[in-house]
Amino acid sequence: MIHKLTVPIPDEAIEALHVGDQVEISGVIFTARDAAHKYMVEQFIKTDGNPQESEWPLYELLQDKLNGGVIYHCGPVVAKDAGQWRFVAAGPTTSIREEVYQDLVIEHFNLKAVIGKGGMGPRTLAACQKFKAVYLHAVGGAGTLIAERVVEVEDVHKLKEFGVPEAFWQIRVEGFPAVVTMDSHGQSVHADVAAQSEAKLKELVAA
Amino acid sequence: MQDLTQALVELIRRTSTDLPADMELALREAREREAAGSAAQGALDTMLVNTEMSRAKSRPICQDTGTPIFEVHYPVGWSTRKLAAQIKQAVTIATEKSYLRPNAVDAISGDNSGDNSGVEFPTIHFHEWDEDAVKVDLMLKGGGCENVGAQYSLPNAPLKAGRDLEGVRRVALDAVTRAQGQGCAPGVLGIAVGGDRGASYAFSKQQLFRPLGDRNPDPELAALEETIKAQANELGIGPMGFGGETTVLDVQMDTMHRLPASFFVSVSYMCWANRRRSMTVRGDEVTYS
Ligand code: SF4
Repeated sequence: MIHKLTVPIPDEAIEALHVGDQVEISGVIFTARDAAHKYMVEQFIKTDGNPQESEWPLYELLQDKLNGGVIYHCGPVVAKDAGQWRFVAAGPTTSIREEVYQDLVIEHFNLKAVIGKGGMGPRTLAACQKFKAVYLHAVGGAGTLIAERVVEVEDVHKLKEFGVPEAFWQIRVEGFPAVVTMDSHGQSVHADVAAQSEAKLKELVAA
Repeated sequence: MQDLTQALVELIRRTSTDLPADMELALREAREREAAGSAAQGALDTMLVNTEMSRAKSRPICQDTGTPIFEVHYPVGWSTRKLAAQIKQAVTIATEKSYLRPNAVDAISGDNSGDNSGVEFPTIHFHEWDEDAVKVDLMLKGGGCENVGAQYSLPNAPLKAGRDLEGVRRVALDAVTRAQGQGCAPGVLGIAVGGDRGASYAFSKQQLFRPLGDRNPDPELAALEETIKAQANELGIGPMGFGGETTVLDVQMDTMHRLPASFFVSVSYMCWANRRRSMTVRGDEVTYS
């Protein structure tokens, strides 16, 4: 069974998810990677919600759209036809780089899902449990397929400062496929697979 | 000397959008080995559908179009300076056409050059040869898989890895375990033994140009390629690290001379989106493979 999630995602829908479940997400989500996470933490979170005046419009938008919302770790390939942006390739990027920021962002914005690849660490897992959120794993490298599920590029923020891969792309997705690999019940596929493979490695290199 | 710029743009397009047949076949075979309905099989299905879509639509297989690595074989008398200029021009055009993502950023500030130009970017290596043709091999080496590459200086006490083939086996399996699914498994390992640190890493990437299933002519090294492949798959990391039967699709290694004092083993990890293609120019005729 595929769980269909629509943004904003209610807590009950998150609690119904367990590791290994397949999901499809629809609604407006944001791409954000290293520069965007650093920016959110430094501008919005460390200032206790008092960013520089120039950043207010973006802050208000994110507060609204990320409440019950979704962040996608992705640096897309984009094209512009007749003034309209279009996603050409949009697979996930490695998530663990955001480990130092993600729990803060989940808490501050009431984020319900983070999509990426490779999984995240104990801080994010704890935040998923405490604030009812999930980590969703997309298939890395599936750039074309996922770009097809991006039905509209609504807007882009911080494009000049951060560049194409690092900007906040505000996109409407329909039926974005992913697998739950960290749930709100404290389970992580990544921790399990890591433990099993390390045990096997010990066996294979036992003197 | 001809202007190869347009032919090079086509090489980049093919490399970025059309996964080589040996990789696609290996992914199909891996799919059959995974349990029906598992997350591992689902991931492989997604990769295969994505591969077909990218080819049909002429779009990048993966949005991380990586570091373009060009290995250029050229006849006597050609100007490498002009060839380098043509390659850089082709990279800029391919970026405008969205076959490549603007992927070159300043090392310190992170500022994106916007067109994949940069200091020592893209990577270009020149090799003069006796043939009356130009051959350009191109690999697009993604960041996620590059980040999980590893270099070991043997002996390595924690892994009880000595300066022999058994030591190489130990560190190679350690590298795969550390990588987990982060390099977009199932991957291909290129392993170099020997050299200095720089040469060793470069040589490990050279291995990744070999077709899958190509074994080292030295029977001992060929056997070790097979052993590491089989044992890496016993680790159970699986496609994307979801757990499963296939973690690596192949392992290819070779050795180079080293100093008596040093014994480096370099492991380059290439993701499932193993984008590598060649172009040969003979007179007016251009062929791609
Ligand atoms: S590791 Fe390869 S498939 Fe994965 S995101 Fe990077 S380039 Fe794409």
